[in-house]
Amino acid sequence: MTERKIRVLIAKPGLDGHDRGAKVICRALRDAGMEVIYTGLRRTPEEIVNAAIQEDVDVIGLSILSGAHNILFPRIMELLKEKGAADIPVIAGGIIPDKDIPFLKKIGIKEIFLPGSSTEDIVHWIQEHIKPS
Amino acid sequence: MAEKEKNDLEAIEKKYQAWKKLYQEALEKAPEKGKDLTTTSGRRVKEIYTPLDVSQIDYLRDIGFPGEYPYTRGIHPTMYHGRYWTMRQFSGFGTAEDTNKRYKYLLANGQTGLSVAFHLPTLMGIDSDHPLAEGEIGKCGVAIDTLADMEILFDGIPLDKVSTSMTINPPAAVLWAMYIAVAEKQGVPKTAISGTIQNDILKEYIAQKTFIFPPRPSMKLIVDTFEYGAKEVPRWNTISISGYHIREAGSTAVQELAFTLRDGIEYVEWALERGLQIDEFAPRLSFFFNAHNDFFEEIAKFRAARRIWAKVMRERFGAKNPRSWWLRFHTQTSGVSLMAQQPYNNVIRVTIQALAAVLGGTQSLHTNSLDETYALPSEHAVTIALRTQQIIAHESGVINAIDPLGGSYYVEALTAEMEKEAWEYIRRIDDMGGMVKAIELGFPQREIMDSAYAYQQAIDKKEKIIVGVNAYQMEHEPIPILHIDESVAKKQLERLREVKKRRNGAEVKRKLADLRKAAEDDLNLMPYILACVKEYATLGEIIDTLKEVFGEYQEPANF
Repeated sequence: MTERKIRVLIAKPGLDGHDRGAKVICRALRDAGMEVIYTGLRRTPEEIVNAAIQEDVDVIGLSILSGAHNILFPRIMELLKEKGAADIPVIAGGIIPDKDIPFLKKIGIKEIFLPGSSTEDIVHWIQEHIKPS
Repeated sequence: MAEKEKNDLEAIEKKYQAWKKLYQEALEKAPEKGKDLTTTSGRRVKEIYTPLDVSQIDYLRDIGFPGEYPYTRGIHPTMYHGRYWTMRQFSGFGTAEDTNKRYKYLLANGQTGLSVAFHLPTLMGIDSDHPLAEGEIGKCGVAIDTLADMEILFDGIPLDKVSTSMTINPPAAVLWAMYIAVAEKQGVPKTAISGTIQNDILKEYIAQKTFIFPPRPSMKLIVDTFEYGAKEVPRWNTISISGYHIREAGSTAVQELAFTLRDGIEYVEWALERGLQIDEFAPRLSFFFNAHNDFFEEIAKFRAARRIWAKVMRERFGAKNPRSWWLRFHTQTSGVSLMAQQPYNNVIRVTIQALAAVLGGTQSLHTNSLDETYALPSEHAVTIALRTQQIIAHESGVINAIDPLGGSYYVEALTAEMEKEAWEYIRRIDDMGGMVKAIELGFPQREIMDSAYAYQQAIDKKEKIIVGVNAYQMEHEPIPILHIDESVAKKQLERLREVKKRRNGAEVKRKLADLRKAAEDDLNLMPYILACVKEYATLGEIIDTLKEVFGEYQEPANF
């Protein structure tokens, strides 16, 4: 029996329209054999969480460069808990100052990939930490 | 070709073949950089360029003199001898007061033009009190909700003495109206104000993604601004046709060049269809390019851009006024090339890129700050960025002879090559039915996505070396950065509440209704937008009114 592919949701929360990184990661994950769902731009926390649940993903990747992460990420984590999906690991990347990382890890973001991360770093992290359900 | 020239070229060809053998033998023994001679865009270049590579180029026809068709060497006869490029740092954060302070600082330190960065809610046509604005207020630019904010933004800045560029796209007409209103309050008529609105929707669908309405109504709004500008605001550039963002999204240099110019062609066609006369509006079209890492490729790109546009305007569109043939452009050094690791290295990157822009003949320049991978520029960092331009202008000597790289075998060959490839893209998009059609087909978006992916793979595989990132890594001390705290949001929301209280709500409603009717009747919307703005209608109220008539654009979530 073939192993189920890891399903990843790549999401763009908030108003930020920079999607080059998110799209490059989508392709890299797909090329690494994962099932990738991209939410498209400017999704609300509600839309992201609903998509994650609907698509039955194994991990959520949040991409944000606008500086609104301290407001939007906690909202997303709350909603996941509310909807009984707190077991879906969440990782993030974009422009996130070092000093915000402890707070984000505390609210449950599992890993943060800062500028300069290679797509291999991200693929490996997912392959090592995420099991397809 | 004269017999002597032919013989010279034959002799050079012979010598070149012999030299190439020598080169290859030596390279086999010591291939440190190796055989990979590719530009940042992945273009293969030769190991050396000689008269053989430029034998088809005719000096007077293809290169010429600055200020003369086809403007390869520059659009003005005197270039920087007559006037330095405008030093115009893109800037904006927090509230209008915060940004007004920064503008005064920059002007006092030698900046010669203003450039406004608006926060994301403003870029997207929503107000600070909209639910989607939460967490975003003042973070990526200055918060502007109404004319009241604009008045503070330019407080103490004489709008008849300084020109202002505003990076704003779907809501450009609204912010332009606010600027006009502020100037009027200063006693400066709209015939005397000078500046630019970016107002380039095509590249939003392609790259920057701050779109609101669908393509057709967006193009209508833009032509409205061309028409209004030609009649009422003669010293204003009503569009900055941009390649910067296309490049930042991952395109190659030629794609940046081709898609930008083809966007320009599209705008001209739509304006002509409205019935505008080419020489009425073409002199007020302006452009905006990226200055990326590959020094010579960028210089060639700028020179090719001028030559192509001159030909497009004179030959394709039959423009008669030479001003219509000039490609006037602003340049920004590449944001995406800045690295978070060892941020002081960014000063060097920006210097090389700024130098390329100057050697490429830019009319206006923004240099990035070293800390922009972390935050908006701190005062310290933006000062270094500004000084970079000043040192190039006053100490490097590069502006002494105009277009000093003209005649370089490499640069002329590269300019010609890039021009040829750009024409091919332009023809392809013509064949698709134009740029709006090409966007609907997803063509430029896909090209960019493919280039972006190829570039990242090259970096991940270490085929492209980025100092400090995939080579020469080390720990670095964290640098001080600009922090926008949530008190900005509090202040902005309080001001918005006040404005809404003070204004004449009934007049606002009336003016918005007039705007709606004008949009439904397909009239030129500028006067109606101006009327709304003067009553302190909010940006969100105006854009929502237009959304009702124009609809909203959804992009397919492809990758």
